[in-house]
Amino acid sequence: MDQGVIERVDSVSARYNNDREALVEILRDLSKEMGYISQDAFAALAEKLDLPESAVFGVASFYSMIETKPHGQHVIRFCQDAPCHVAGGREVWDALEAALGIKFGETTPDGQWTLMTTSCIGLCAVGPVMLVDEDVYGNLTPEKIPDILARYTDAGGVA
Amino acid sequence: MAYRAHVLISGEPRCVAKGAREVEAALVDKLHELLLGDEVQVMEVSSLGHGDKGPELVIYPDGINYVNVTPEDARFIVEEHLLKGRPVDRLMYKELPEPLEAPATKEVRVVLENVGRIDPNNIEDYIAFDGYAAMAKVLTEMTPEEVLDVLKQSGLRGRGGAGFPTWLKWTFARQAVGEKKFIICNGDEGDPGAFMNRRVLEGDPHAVIEGMIIAAYAIGAQQGYFYVRAEYPIAIRTLRVALQQAREYGLLGENILGSGFNFDLEIRMGAGAFVCGEETALMQSIEGDRGMPRTRPPFPAASGLWKSPTNINNVETYANVPKILLKGPEWFASMGTEKSKGTKTFAVAGKVKRTGLIEVPLGITLREVVYDVGGGILNDKKFKAVQTGGPMGGCIPEQYLDMPVDYESLASLGSIMGSGGMVIMDEDTCMVDIARFFMEFVQEESCGKCVPCRVGTRRMLEILNNICEGKGQPGDIELLESMSQQIIDGALCGLGKGAPNPVLSTIKFFREEYEAHIYEKKCPAKVCKALITYDINPDVCIGCTRCARNCPVQAISGKAKETHVIDASICIRCGVCKQVCPVGAVNVG
Repeated sequence: MDQGVIERVDSVSARYNNDREALVEILRDLSKEMGYISQDAFAALAEKLDLPESAVFGVASFYSMIETKPHGQHVIRFCQDAPCHVAGGREVWDALEAALGIKFGETTPDGQWTLMTTSCIGLCAVGPVMLVDEDVYGNLTPEKIPDILARYTDAGGVA
Repeated sequence: MAYRAHVLISGEPRCVAKGAREVEAALVDKLHELLLGDEVQVMEVSSLGHGDKGPELVIYPDGINYVNVTPEDARFIVEEHLLKGRPVDRLMYKELPEPLEAPATKEVRVVLENVGRIDPNNIEDYIAFDGYAAMAKVLTEMTPEEVLDVLKQSGLRGRGGAGFPTWLKWTFARQAVGEKKFIICNGDEGDPGAFMNRRVLEGDPHAVIEGMIIAAYAIGAQQGYFYVRAEYPIAIRTLRVALQQAREYGLLGENILGSGFNFDLEIRMGAGAFVCGEETALMQSIEGDRGMPRTRPPFPAASGLWKSPTNINNVETYANVPKILLKGPEWFASMGTEKSKGTKTFAVAGKVKRTGLIEVPLGITLREVVYDVGGGILNDKKFKAVQTGGPMGGCIPEQYLDMPVDYESLASLGSIMGSGGMVIMDEDTCMVDIARFFMEFVQEESCGKCVPCRVGTRRMLEILNNICEGKGQPGDIELLESMSQQIIDGALCGLGKGAPNPVLSTIKFFREEYEAHIYEKKCPAKVCKALITYDINPDVCIGCTRCARNCPVQAISGKAKETHVIDASICIRCGVCKQVCPVGAVNVG
């Protein structure tokens, strides 16, 4: 097992005093810091908290913000809720899928983009809304999508 | 240190989405460049009231409001206004406040009173507006029973959905036997389109903290938890600061105000699961497990967090409590209807001219909400329905627009108050598509523990998908109705029991739309792609060839200056031809 992974797991777990009741927080922090939680990380955490690996994975897989699979360099989370839907979200979603050439949950072959959805982020007044990593974009139209994506591609490159 | 000027910059998410952080960085940068860093204080506040015109800032002592500010503008403002003393006319906001953020005549602000008025990161701002005075009164002058009595007289009911009387819930928790008792604030606001709790947590966090301290005193709890969804990072950050300040001021912790009462609060964050808004699921999540609901009884008041008596209310309920104790139950009960007292915040979204957060007395009519507060339907189209209460609520049609908004009236129409989401729909909305949409939501969020919800909602979604795709069968409507009843009877928690509401209410009020989809294979609102056709009116077509050139699947044939024809078997109903036609010859049928 990768020593770096073990150290990372230990340090996050220690942040919460290796408290089993803080499992959701530990998993969320690990997911955020490591991008996703690998099999090795699950094994290390299970040992640390003295729990079966299946129990730890069971909690992780329940929550949509805890990643158990590697994803692209940038993650788009598009709001799929009713106010954004009524405000024209479907057209924007179609434009996103077309621009990236991937469907929900997929990652582009170059590893740049992962396309996900999110539940309501409470910005309905400027819907449709999406998050790119942690940046918020509102009042979306299909026309705005290429410009927004271009901001994240390496200097002048194409995603 | 005394500053000669203060710049307040709005950190509300809408402003941040439009670049408020960059504006702030530019401001600070330019101030330092001009050596004004010690003279001018830059402060981020929750909101300045015109989020739709953000990024915005206000400069004091002048009280000048700048809107739609870019980083370039910010540098210019620093140089002109703050250095040279010449306010920048072109960026000033002068119109009378029109958006919902400014109280319209029908609005009454109780819970939102301080939001935007105080700096949420400064406890002294809250204290200056009578903050913690109610708590001080309770801890030093009142018995827990007296607190419960005041709440009973006020008529406050839970603002998170079902509207259970707050005093009764607290009484159950007080009477329950347990060595330890807990209280929880449910800030897992997940209903689509409902963001009232986010605004309260971001704009007036101490009101919620104060309400929780009073609740803890009334039921005898020493430990409390905020459960806030991780999708609200700013609310969590604000809350952390507020809790720290409350501790520093001795308002949380041991022996609060010398009363001998001990109480402290912790924050727990969700990780993206809608069902965690259900109280038993939420407690599972706090304990570090999969957030799956369990059967009730036992109710949390008897056996909740770690099997101890637990009181759980939502953000808005707690935020009302200090005001009730300070101004008296009669004041609170003077607002609202006979059974629904006080005010309620609603998040108005969808096809109205002014969307946003409002606070109105309960008992206001839907018509007042849509037309007076919301400004009417966008583009002056025809109102069709309002969906209240989130994915467990129902759609209410035009004939009930004059019905008062209170718990009982909404329930009588097959909807719920919920946490206060309202999605307004116009004539272009297909009600079958909306029902399908909500069912898709519930199906995705179902935790899978009980069969009626896990399997039942999936089967219902399949039927709705078929109807929207033109594959509806006679009997489908009746099947949906009977499945709905079975899910309501059999599901474990509120998510499952409420899941059929959007379907039942749309069948009840818009049955003819379902019938049109199934029997005539038509979508009256022209939304369901499989049920609409595009054709070209030969009397209008000028043969410009534009539609044929733009059609992505070459479904349109015709020579220049001759009538064009769409081949329905190739057409994918993307609507491009209708958009590009210069003479409006393309019809949707």
